[in-house]
Amino acid sequence: MQPVIELDGLEVRFGNRTILDHLDGSLSGRAIGLLGPNGAGKSTLINTLLGFYRPFRGTARVAGYDIRTGIRSVRNLIGYMPENDSFIAGMSAVEFVRYMAELAGLPSDAALERAHEALFYVGLGEARYRKVEEYSLGMKQLAKLAQAIAHGPKLLFLDEPTNGLDPPARQRMIRLIRDIREKGDLHLVLCSHLLRDVEETCEEVLILKEGRIVHYANLDEERRLNRKFVEIETDVEGESFAQGLRDLGCECALAGARRLKLVLGESTEVRDVYRVAAERGANIRRLNFRRDSLEDIFLKAMENGAAPPPLPSAAVNGASNVA
Amino acid sequence: MAVYKRGYEPYEGRLTPQWSRFLIISRYAWRSLSDSKWLLIYLVLCAIAPVVCAVFIYLPHNAAVAELFGKFRLIEIDPAFFQTFLRAQGQMAFILAGFVGPGLVSPDLTNNALPLYLCRPFSRTEYVLGKMAVLAVLMSAITWVPGLLLFGFQAYLAGFGWMTENWFIAAALFLGSWIWIVTLCLLALAMSAWVKWKIVAGTLIFVVFFVAAGFAEAITATLHTDLGHVLNLFEVIRTIWHWLFRQTDNPRLPIAVACTALAVFCALCYLLLNKKLRAYHVERS
Repeated sequence: MQPVIELDGLEVRFGNRTILDHLDGSLSGRAIGLLGPNGAGKSTLINTLLGFYRPFRGTARVAGYDIRTGIRSVRNLIGYMPENDSFIAGMSAVEFVRYMAELAGLPSDAALERAHEALFYVGLGEARYRKVEEYSLGMKQLAKLAQAIAHGPKLLFLDEPTNGLDPPARQRMIRLIRDIREKGDLHLVLCSHLLRDVEETCEEVLILKEGRIVHYANLDEERRLNRKFVEIETDVEGESFAQGLRDLGCECALAGARRLKLVLGESTEVRDVYRVAAERGANIRRLNFRRDSLEDIFLKAMENGAAPPPLPSAAVNGASNVA
Repeated sequence: MAVYKRGYEPYEGRLTPQWSRFLIISRYAWRSLSDSKWLLIYLVLCAIAPVVCAVFIYLPHNAAVAELFGKFRLIEIDPAFFQTFLRAQGQMAFILAGFVGPGLVSPDLTNNALPLYLCRPFSRTEYVLGKMAVLAVLMSAITWVPGLLLFGFQAYLAGFGWMTENWFIAAALFLGSWIWIVTLCLLALAMSAWVKWKIVAGTLIFVVFFVAAGFAEAITATLHTDLGHVLNLFEVIRTIWHWLFRQTDNPRLPIAVACTALAVFCALCYLLLNKKLRAYHVERS
């Protein structure tokens, strides 16, 4: 699969401050999450990819187009939902979205039709003739999403899309993002400091800290692997039980006299574990699937972030994880 | 399928040509301006001088009037006549720029709309061109367009000989108007970009002209030099028009100095615009 975003020693500086520090790697997932604490450089990375900031050193390519030399081609492909309140004063939502679609190159009639569609799609159909400045914060977020998708982009940048939304509105936004990801033939890059937003919508995650990539995770792969890691606590010494599990094809390690950690074999199911326990006379007191949630991944990345390992492209392309 | 039932779909239709997209900005800006009845009233007021000039051009060619006044010429239709017309209409264009200009860019900056424009295949230059086009069309409608119509009217009445002798008047009307239009557009947009409040931005446009003119007079009076007038943009443009209309009396500034002063002023406005018109601003340390 052709990489969506390739970072090639990308460095961005504002004056003497280095905001993005030599970013390398390539991302090819359908939904890519940019995670990091405030000030990590997530929005700066998006803005640099959009051509708003000039790289100090290195470059990046979006869908194969270099941001230094082909920014117009990049912008032809993208839709962008900015983080802050952004709208055109004095326009109704339908005028606003139509205007933005026309600027993206749609003919006037098609832009109007797409504006209506996009506003209905995001749930602003009934309010589409109201002025955008009169909208609530949640409605403004939806209007921004509508203008970002109305022209049918190939790559969608969403910068903190759930900012300031109440829980139901946030759920709605997440649902919409997932729906766009599933239905459209497009890639999306979601930038957020909210782990749940990224966890619920993205397949790949790039974690930034102080302008550096501190971790890359393929969440789909993580989820698959998490289903195979099991922690068990029994009421007897575990050696015999552990041997039985090894015979089943599981990798097994004692984490204490009565605690075991195991990786289930390809064909092993949890019911097999219970069967072996019964055969070896061990009662299972507790059985947990090891849940290495995005929060765990994020926290580990933050701890290890002081000395970030350089991420080779292959690792980023592939399915590295923090097992 | 009804619009409200449709889901998200990619767009596969045709796209408009890249070069023409800045005109979309002009179209939408014009749409919001055209709602203003004050603008309409002002444009009607701006039409008064051309009508009066047309009457002055017509009267000497009317047999009854010519008989009434005999050899006495009511008014001479010469380059000075057209220069006076351009000066009057130039003042009207200046006022128009002060009222319309600030509303073009400042609302976009106030509402953080620039990232929305600039994330599309659209440059800052195209954005500025799109906004300038609205002002330029309005100002054209009150400067060189009626000016050339008057020139054509006079040429029609006075004959082909007059036209071939005075062709430079048409060139001066066209070129002189455009120099003034571009200067005013750049100033109006620069002020609009730096000051978010429309009223303050509009006031600043007038202040730039009148305060600078005051300074120019003060410098001229205290230092006993005409070069102080380079700060007076009215004087600068008057000098350029004077030269374009081939007037023989000496203006207060040499033409080269006036052209340089205007170029510096326009470059300054451009730099101000260039600095401010960015998707995001960053604090540099």
